Amino acid sequence: MNMKKEILARVLVIGLLLIAIAVPVGGYLISSANMDHVVELHARMPENGGWSVGNITVQVGQPITLHMTSDDVVHGFAIGKSDQPTIEIMPGEFVDTTLTFDKTGTYTFYCTHWCGPNHWRMRGTIEVTGAGPASQLDSEPLYLQLGIDIDAPHLAKVVPTIQPSAEHGAKLAYLLPDYATSRQTYLTTSPADLWLKLRSEPSLSKLTDSDLWDVVRWLWERQTTPESLSSGLKIFIDFAAAAHGMTGKGDGVMVKGRPTMTPENMGHTLVRPPDFTDPHTLLGASPALLEGKIIRGGMGTGMPSWGAIFTQQQIDAIVGYLYTIAWNSVGVSSATPTQDMSHP
Amino acid sequence: MTRFDLTRFPKVNAVLRNRWPQFLLRAITLAGFTFTILAGLFGSAVGSHNFAIIFVWIAWWSALKLFFIPFGGRSWCSICPIPMAGEWLQRGGILEPGKKKVGLGKRWPRFLRGNWLQAFGFLMIGLFSAVTLTSAKITAIVLLAIILLSLLLSLIFERRAFCNYLCPIGGFTGLYAQAGPVEVRVKEAEVCAAHSEKLCYDACPWGQYPLALKSSANCGLCMECLRVCPKDNIAVNLRPWGSDLQADTRHNLSEAFLGLVMLASALVDSAIFSGPWGNLKMAAYNIGSRDWFLFAGIFLVAALILLPGFYALCVSWASKLGEKRRTLQKALAHYSQALVPLGLMAWIAFTISFAFVKFAYVLPVIADPLGWGWNLIGLQSKAGVGQSSAFSLILQVIVLAAGLFWTTRVTRRISESNRQSLPLILFSSAFTLGMLWLLIG
Repeated sequence: MNMKKEILARVLVIGLLLIAIAVPVGGYLISSANMDHVVELHARMPENGGWSVGNITVQVGQPITLHMTSDDVVHGFAIGKSDQPTIEIMPGEFVDTTLTFDKTGTYTFYCTHWCGPNHWRMRGTIEVTGAGPASQLDSEPLYLQLGIDIDAPHLAKVVPTIQPSAEHGAKLAYLLPDYATSRQTYLTTSPADLWLKLRSEPSLSKLTDSDLWDVVRWLWERQTTPESLSSGLKIFIDFAAAAHGMTGKGDGVMVKGRPTMTPENMGHTLVRPPDFTDPHTLLGASPALLEGKIIRGGMGTGMPSWGAIFTQQQIDAIVGYLYTIAWNSVGVSSATPTQDMSHP
Repeated sequence: MTRFDLTRFPKVNAVLRNRWPQFLLRAITLAGFTFTILAGLFGSAVGSHNFAIIFVWIAWWSALKLFFIPFGGRSWCSICPIPMAGEWLQRGGILEPGKKKVGLGKRWPRFLRGNWLQAFGFLMIGLFSAVTLTSAKITAIVLLAIILLSLLLSLIFERRAFCNYLCPIGGFTGLYAQAGPVEVRVKEAEVCAAHSEKLCYDACPWGQYPLALKSSANCGLCMECLRVCPKDNIAVNLRPWGSDLQADTRHNLSEAFLGLVMLASALVDSAIFSGPWGNLKMAAYNIGSRDWFLFAGIFLVAALILLPGFYALCVSWASKLGEKRRTLQKALAHYSQALVPLGLMAWIAFTISFAFVKFAYVLPVIADPLGWGWNLIGLQSKAGVGQSSAFSLILQVIVLAAGLFWTTRVTRRISESNRQSLPLILFSSAFTLGMLWLLIG
């Protein structure tokens, strides 16, 4: 055996093996050397572990770069209650975004794609610390201020029999007492309760029941705008339709196969969301109550909590849109027999 | 039959004898193998962006079936990195044999000989293929386990125990190498017969004696015999495809089993990866689930009972149509030759079905082998996924038709009469129709 050649061969083998090892190790070291203020964030379906980093801490005013990729399917990245545009995260590809927070507080980031059955669980938080103004992220919502039990039954005791006309209601507005038109009344009263209250007003005794529903519809619609309604519709389709169904009937793809809600099965098994096209469901709920359900989510029903995600404006838009489902369903839907639908 | 001895050309002869070219290729494949394992373990979890998945299951696995085997028989085995470390220890040198040899050098147990374990290993790959083929980490772990097992076995047993008896790819390559156009044979049998020193046999890592070599199934084309023969009596021949498949060549029952397992695997892989059944793919992927056990059950019944049963039926029918009396076992082994071109062409057709679509992943994964967002070769844009074109579909039909034609020729050659070849032609036609349906229909 020629030892010189043998040694050369051994050196070659070892050299090539070292190169094979050096490429990933060296590459890793070089890229991590430039990783100050960079967080590598892997998006994974909740079944695969969710966000690889669930909690990010950053100083106020200090830019932070997120180096993001997906390890499985297409995900999206968005920060709740912010106008930061949504970022698509494609499997195996990296996308970077640099964020700077000017207010302290806890922000929630979340996935914006229906990535899997537990998609909505795919959330994480960004803790912004340091000296600076605090964000208003965590002010107490109205339903808590008012002490509304959002899990209590709230079916409307009365509902219109023919579709109310806000236009006609507007013509009768001059008859209304002051409290009826206040924003506070709108927020804290359900349409059915307000109707009952107005019905008991002697000054309105000349109005027919359906006149009075026209008035209530008008009172509700003046609290929103066409822009807000279309924004509410978009949010409903993007975030809610998978469970509540495109029309709000409670038949979305995510709840297929679940039983409809009955007083017997409530709290025992996962059921479908209530049928919004049955006017009893929504006309018995005040905006504050619906807002509470959206913010907190449905305990034990599978409905996510959206409080950390939506701005007040977005929540107002969804609430406004929800009532249009109820109004437009009067006389249209073959409403299911009245049930106790106290849960969302 | 015509042979064309490559060693007649002095330059080719010099390249084949020289240890450096082969050594360099092996050193590169070993480094590549090491890198593949690291990429699999630490790279992106997304298979299409991981070197391990793309290079093992797209580039190498396709190259093996489309290039190495059809044009070089077991040529891949001559540069395969898996047995290298063990072989270097066994022979006491990296470049050439030395004095300090390491290993117990025990003989492989007789009852474990043949292709049985290889066929079993291939079945296992098939059962877990949906996960192995898509998870880089599992691919890396399998490769690491294989290389360690091979090293361990070469320290205990003599020669290439892993390659000869365990390596599933070795079984696959060896089986189809019989149809390949390259062989190592002796030039003049008398020269060897008169030569008492069996240097070639001693040097052969595969335990082959060139004088007795009738089939290329177990020759790894390592050229050691060529290098040590003092009589210059070893030829490296180009030969017509399918030369090992003859009426008088000897074959054993384990080859028949291996051939059938390969056919069943080609059918099942085509059904999983090219078939229209999403549920089947899901079942194959969800290892351990009820659906997966159902899938595994169907796969095993198809591979171990249905296909072998149909084959045995055709073989015993064929035996009845001839004069020569063979035991069923011998007949099963003899006719297994028909399974070689049939299986090889089916695997080529299956490979075409995905290679065309997935080959676009190869360049991006060179630019970013670990899926960490690198761009080593300055690729401007990401390559999109290719589409299976009409061209690739036509090519698959042609390959399958050529496979059936070739199998028919082999079957007639190894049968006593045209009449006797009919049952096996029926078997091959049914299989080809099945492949056609799965890949194209």
